[in-house]
Amino acid sequence: MLDVDVEKRLGDFSLSARFQTGNGVTAVFGPSGAGKTTLVNMIAGLVAPDRGRIAIDETVLFDSTKRIDLPPHRRRIGYVFQEGRLFPHFSVAHNLDYGRRMCGLPPDRAQMARIVGLLDIGQLLERRPGKLSGGERQRIAIGRALLMRPRLLLLDEPLASLDIARKREILPYLERLRDEVGVPMVYVSHQAAELRRIATSVVWIKAGRVEAAGGKELLDAADADAVL
Amino acid sequence: MLDLSPDEWIAIRLSLRIAVVATLVALPFGIAMAWLLARKSFWGKTLLDGLVHLPLVLPPVVTGYLLLITFGRRGLLGAFLADQLGIVFSFRWTGAALACGIMGFPLLVRPIRLAIEAIDTRLEEAASTLGANGVWVFLTVTLPLALPGLIAGTVLCFAKALGEFGATITFVANIPGETQTISAAIYTFTQVPNGDAAAGRLVLVAIAISLAALVAAEWLSRRAGMRFHGE
Repeated sequence: MLDVDVEKRLGDFSLSARFQTGNGVTAVFGPSGAGKTTLVNMIAGLVAPDRGRIAIDETVLFDSTKRIDLPPHRRRIGYVFQEGRLFPHFSVAHNLDYGRRMCGLPPDRAQMARIVGLLDIGQLLERRPGKLSGGERQRIAIGRALLMRPRLLLLDEPLASLDIARKREILPYLERLRDEVGVPMVYVSHQAAELRRIATSVVWIKAGRVEAAGGKELLDAADADAVL
Repeated sequence: MLDLSPDEWIAIRLSLRIAVVATLVALPFGIAMAWLLARKSFWGKTLLDGLVHLPLVLPPVVTGYLLLITFGRRGLLGAFLADQLGIVFSFRWTGAALACGIMGFPLLVRPIRLAIEAIDTRLEEAASTLGANGVWVFLTVTLPLALPGLIAGTVLCFAKALGEFGATITFVANIPGETQTISAAIYTFTQVPNGDAAAGRLVLVAIAISLAALVAAEWLSRRAGMRFHGE
């Protein structure tokens, strides 16, 4: 279980969020500029909160009162970025294997085959990221994050840079991920439509605050709020 | 073909050795300096940047003279290195390599620094979320992506080291077989009667080596670039 209670001030903008997530897919939902990316960057360790505490189960990742701040490479949190961020100088296979090697895990062919099959990327392994489509790149990025055997998977608007056809291509893979892999996920998006398909619970962020947390019915409330 | 005399061969071999050693020894320092200047902000950074570039704008004779009073047998560092560690630079080929390395250093640092500055730091962030600590991020992401700049800087430094004249001759003089490089040998031949033919041969050799280095660098850079943008 992920336990977040953080505060952060960035110029005029202040972010103050407190929520807990369980297994399954937790949607962090809200309009652009609400502070969603800053929030997941704090969970990943890329941005330090001014104050607060972040923990996964018994493992404390950040605690300002105890001066704990694990660096990103020791958090074991998979992160799928909006733009993929694949390493351009490595092949797809090398990209996929990078996290496992950096985390010092033994090679696991079965796990590799399982993830490659799940994401349907077997025919891409020898290629370089520069020659891939946007949808293919995001599938590799998801595979790369999963193969480090993360405690938690963060997905920050993973479909935002894709056109509608590519989004339709990726969504089934994300659903299979949710149903078959069993890694808890935090899925950031401002698109209620994709979250209705994938989310199991919702944290609604608005102007740097948690407006509400609960089930998928919040998506309708938030949608209605956005229209007003 | 060119009919080179034994003395001319000695000068060519010595030049190559000095340039290779100077470049290889300067390389790790150059990479560290480029990374420092590209990524860190600290007090006195502008001054450090200026110091690195100083050999580029100072008259080479001045650099040579500064080396002489610093690393000469009675120089501040020179006396210490000679007495404590047995390392002597003055009037040795190692001194020529030191002079060439320092003269080539700004040309080495600049392309590497620009290459590091051009790297998308978000890729380094991605590497850190995948479990890579700072050293691994540098070795597996920063350095490979800066490879074209690394190649360019290395070749420029090598070319500079190969042709260096002013600082070298001031610091370690012009001793055949020890510190007489191609440049110094050409200079000597132009100062004696009937030296034109020998000077001309060494000029052709200098052009051939420099051209070969440039072509090799171009080819390597293109290969490195291709690796990032295709199969």
